[in-house]
Amino acid sequence: MQYTTPQTIDAAVADLAAAAGAARVLAGGTDLLVQLRAGMVSPTVVVDIKGIAETRTITREGDGYRVGAAVTGAELGEHPDLERDWPGVVEAVELIGSTQIQGRASMGGNLCNASPAADSVPALIAADAVCRVAGPKGVREVPVEQICAGPGKTTLTPGEFLVSFFLPPRPGHAGDAYLRFIPRTEMDIAVVGAGVSLTLDGSGKCTSARIALGAVTPKALLVPDAGAALVGTTLDDAALAKMAAAARAACKPIDDKRGTIEYRTQVAGVLAERAARIALARAKES
Amino acid sequence: MAKSHVTTTINGDPVEFLCTTEQTLLDVLRDELQLTGSKEGCASGDCGACSVMLDGRLVCSCLVLGVEVEGRSVETIEGMAQGDHLHPLQQKFLDHAALQCGICTPGFLIAAKALLEKNPDPTETEVRYWLAGNLCRCTGYDKIVRAVMDAATEMRGA
Amino acid sequence: MASASDTAKLKWVGQRGPRPDGVDKVTGRARFGADISTPGMLVGRVLRSPHPHARIRSIDTSAAEALAGVKAVVTSRDFPDLPSEFVPAGEMLVNYRDVSRNVMAREKVLYEGHPVAAVAATDAAIAKQALALIKVDYEVLPHVLDVVKAMQPDAPLLHEDMYTLGVDPVPAKPSNIAKRVEFACGDIAAGFKAADIVVEHTFTTQPVHQGYIEPHACLANFSEDGSADLWCSTQGHFVVRGHCARLLGMSLSSLRVTASEIGGGFGGKTVVYLEPLALALSRKSGKPVKMAMTRDEVFRATGPAPGASVYVKMGTTKDGRITAAQGELCYQAGAFQGAPIQPGAMCAFAPYDLENVQSVGYDVVVNRPKAAAYRAPGGPIAEFAVESVIDEMAKTIGMDPIEFRLKNAAKEGTRAVYGAKFGPIGLVEGLQAARAHPHYTAPLGPNQGRGIAAGFWFNIGGESCANINVGEDGTVTLMVGTPDIGGSRASLCQQAAEVLGIELHKIRPLIADTSSLGYTFLTGGSRATFASGMAVIEAADDVVRQMRERAAKVWEIPVEAVTWEDGMAKPAGSNAGEFEPLSFADIAKMAGKSGGPLVGKAAINAQGAGPSFGVHMVDVELDRGTGKVSVIRYTVIQDAGKAVHPSYVEGQMQGGAVQGIGWALNEEYIYGEDGKLQNAGFLDYRIPVCSDVPMIDTVIIEVPNPSHRYGVRGVGETPIVPPMAAIANAVENASGVRFTALPMSPPRVLKAITGAALPDAAE
Repeated sequence: MQYTTPQTIDAAVADLAAAAGAARVLAGGTDLLVQLRAGMVSPTVVVDIKGIAETRTITREGDGYRVGAAVTGAELGEHPDLERDWPGVVEAVELIGSTQIQGRASMGGNLCNASPAADSVPALIAADAVCRVAGPKGVREVPVEQICAGPGKTTLTPGEFLVSFFLPPRPGHAGDAYLRFIPRTEMDIAVVGAGVSLTLDGSGKCTSARIALGAVTPKALLVPDAGAALVGTTLDDAALAKMAAAARAACKPIDDKRGTIEYRTQVAGVLAERAARIALARAKES
Repeated sequence: MAKSHVTTTINGDPVEFLCTTEQTLLDVLRDELQLTGSKEGCASGDCGACSVMLDGRLVCSCLVLGVEVEGRSVETIEGMAQGDHLHPLQQKFLDHAALQCGICTPGFLIAAKALLEKNPDPTETEVRYWLAGNLCRCTGYDKIVRAVMDAATEMRGA
Repeated sequence: MASASDTAKLKWVGQRGPRPDGVDKVTGRARFGADISTPGMLVGRVLRSPHPHARIRSIDTSAAEALAGVKAVVTSRDFPDLPSEFVPAGEMLVNYRDVSRNVMAREKVLYEGHPVAAVAATDAAIAKQALALIKVDYEVLPHVLDVVKAMQPDAPLLHEDMYTLGVDPVPAKPSNIAKRVEFACGDIAAGFKAADIVVEHTFTTQPVHQGYIEPHACLANFSEDGSADLWCSTQGHFVVRGHCARLLGMSLSSLRVTASEIGGGFGGKTVVYLEPLALALSRKSGKPVKMAMTRDEVFRATGPAPGASVYVKMGTTKDGRITAAQGELCYQAGAFQGAPIQPGAMCAFAPYDLENVQSVGYDVVVNRPKAAAYRAPGGPIAEFAVESVIDEMAKTIGMDPIEFRLKNAAKEGTRAVYGAKFGPIGLVEGLQAARAHPHYTAPLGPNQGRGIAAGFWFNIGGESCANINVGEDGTVTLMVGTPDIGGSRASLCQQAAEVLGIELHKIRPLIADTSSLGYTFLTGGSRATFASGMAVIEAADDVVRQMRERAAKVWEIPVEAVTWEDGMAKPAGSNAGEFEPLSFADIAKMAGKSGGPLVGKAAINAQGAGPSFGVHMVDVELDRGTGKVSVIRYTVIQDAGKAVHPSYVEGQMQGGAVQGIGWALNEEYIYGEDGKLQNAGFLDYRIPVCSDVPMIDTVIIEVPNPSHRYGVRGVGETPIVPPMAAIANAVENASGVRFTALPMSPPRVLKAITGAALPDAAE
């Protein structure tokens, strides 16, 4: 197995092209090394993108943020502005694994590993984040919800890799939140994840809401009906109940060692509602 | 496939080693450098027994490739004491009987040291969540948490 | 005999002193099973069955043997076919015919992960490649995982020669039921007739792993003269020596086993897995062979505690007197017989003074890894059932759960169903301490509940040796044979210091290897501090007697006229005051001149282990939206007899309680229909993490065990016996729902509290 450390986007694209599909991109390695050890993947080349500046920095871009795909959860959590503006995205990333995992894990890796239960993804979808992808044909921008194709699969074409995320400008009275259900207090893969991002007008009425669910469908899902149930309301109990019902209706989960269909569906509604309440409180404060 | 030559710093000392690209930092520490203080409990980042500091960040060494530490700085349990002068955390673990079999202890000490460097006055809850990635099966965690909080007090000079 | 005066003026026993191996463990210096290497060593790896049940038609290892870098390959052909023979190991019995087959499959594979071959190669990559080159032709057979299904007459049969022992007449056909045991006294029919209230349930538990953080590891080094050194992580290196010598056809004295530091065992490291394989590979290759399990192998192929189906029926009068108790315990043994049904059936009702009892156990084989001991083997499962029924009876008659237990509690003189009478025990004291504890009356918030449960373990003594070598400078080496899994080195040094009368820091302990000390049974059965302690005391007494003899010689007075006080020989009686006292160090210095080196020794079979009773109280909070149960307060009360080192006693209480929390709420093996384990790692086999549990408060009770000079009782196993019932009782208190299946994981809890029928337990 070869190991390369390209220092530029072009060099990385060249390394991936030379491997003709048998390469894996390495950021934090917290999924890749587990898979290598288990024999689930056998790349001929591992391309370590951490030497590429664009993958490792957090910068303001207009009123939004550009976050490198290989920025670690620990670094994300230490950025005070990002936490203030996108607490839901940051808390979602910070839930991934242990403190040790946080020292290495990245949003890019979490997304591209394409586990249906990935914690960052529902929050990124709710945030309407956009991915910058580089490849042999150049650079393209892709809405985050189009990156995952299904469990373990992305829509990236051979030779492409994720360089950075763009989080859009945050209007006033906006708030987001992410909650997941796990049986312990830490260290588990999400049984259900719910990301909510909403905006209020001056009178406290919701003007936009994006609700995304994780671990209940083959890939994390934006649930338009759930968001629609909140728009025009003050998120009173009735609106939240309607939202929760829409969230449940969108679930197509599986029975597996982490949860049953029935359980995931039920809890999806509970978490969506709890996350919405937190997002609401944050929106009122902002 | 020829081995890679890596130059790095471990516990402040310059170190060179050869490794395959498949070997993790944990494999290198234990099998190439005879630094067996970091332990393999799971090799998948779920138990924290292999915890080290990499460029000042707490990580699982089983999830870092050996080749990745080129030019970097690694701190392991072997570097925690200064000669025969134990770090306050090490002493408090002994004073509080915060270890029974001791296999998880190096990982906990490295993780706790990282915590106190970042947050010198953690609450019990903050300690517990920071250390959630370090599994212990013997102690039930009670005495570990007490030792860490007592060490924090001493290190603050409080 | 322990007496109040013995224990009143103790200098070392009862103190929280430094731990002899502590510094090495906090600096990473201490060496565990996988921490040593030797020049020229090979790496050993195991090929394991992918099928839960299959006949092995053939194994072709030729391609693996031909691979460059492979120095040896072994299969069952390299091990003798051993006849059936039962040997005690801890609280379990092992059968060599089964041990050899578990270590390396012969005719059949009986669980996914069952070893079929092993290789030794110059590096790990080559060893891995070699495994892939071994061709095994399997005839896949139907498998059975569930204990109740396995007991049915049409179940797939694991062993064609298994005819249930303990039933009369002997069955005509073989089955998966290896054994039936029964303990009975009185007349349960009459007892139930006399009851005003009868409660009965069937309880289901899943297998749970001991969860030690250190995987099995060893290094074997054979010499061309047929002798070998073995370094391994184990709870009992003398037992390892015995098993390996038998499996390899060696004499005991030609195999020297050294116990490394051990990274957790809890009963799971009282058996052999890799050791015979490493020895066989080393013998065949002529080189040292190091082997270590991956975490995946630990889960797939090492013995968990069995899953079980347990039926309990008990009756009580309205005023709280239990009139009858009946239990039927069906335990999964895994692939080979030997589930702990005997201790389970014996202990189930033993905490209570009952006239009418029938306790039956079935040892049932299933296509899972062979069960191994896990802290009080057999007890926790039985007590989960019994203490849940006790709780329900108390609630039904409107009696306080502690009062109900006090009314029926076993005391000194109570005869258990298995015939033995208890000596002094601390159950009543424990219950009283629970009742008086502030936790018992602390207010509870919404969705919170409180539960209590009692439990015990009988504990064992057993063969133990100790040597004390006195140095010329008056410092001492203490050699014992019980590997230290929880701090026993400290408590053994304290006991030695107490007898010898010297400073604790002058005693250096050593866990001697099997060639350097007499046979010592494994660390298990909560016996190290008790039984090795008794050996240490006897060895120290031996040293003291010799010291008195040397002083007597020097002073030319009879030895009876020399006393030993505070580490000094003093003339007594009519000679009192005539000579200056001689200190331990003084006499050590003149040892050579006064007769020769001073060595104290003991070789005993310790008797009189005292049972340790515990009472646990737990508060839980229920999240009604998700079914998650959080433990918010936990108190462990336990009788230690005498806590030699209170911190390590507390540690046992806390550690066992948290293991019980995991067992109650989240831990279970999850198998697919295909008989393959789906959660063979710490990600999905969920043991409690630091943020899952609160501080575990402890109260140590001391009702001295008269057999031990300082009153010591073993404490290590009892703490895992009460937690599951205590938590189930707390959940019932919070939700009104009685859970009879473990674990009480969130999906099961949510389903039950939202009013639907309870889900089937996972297979």
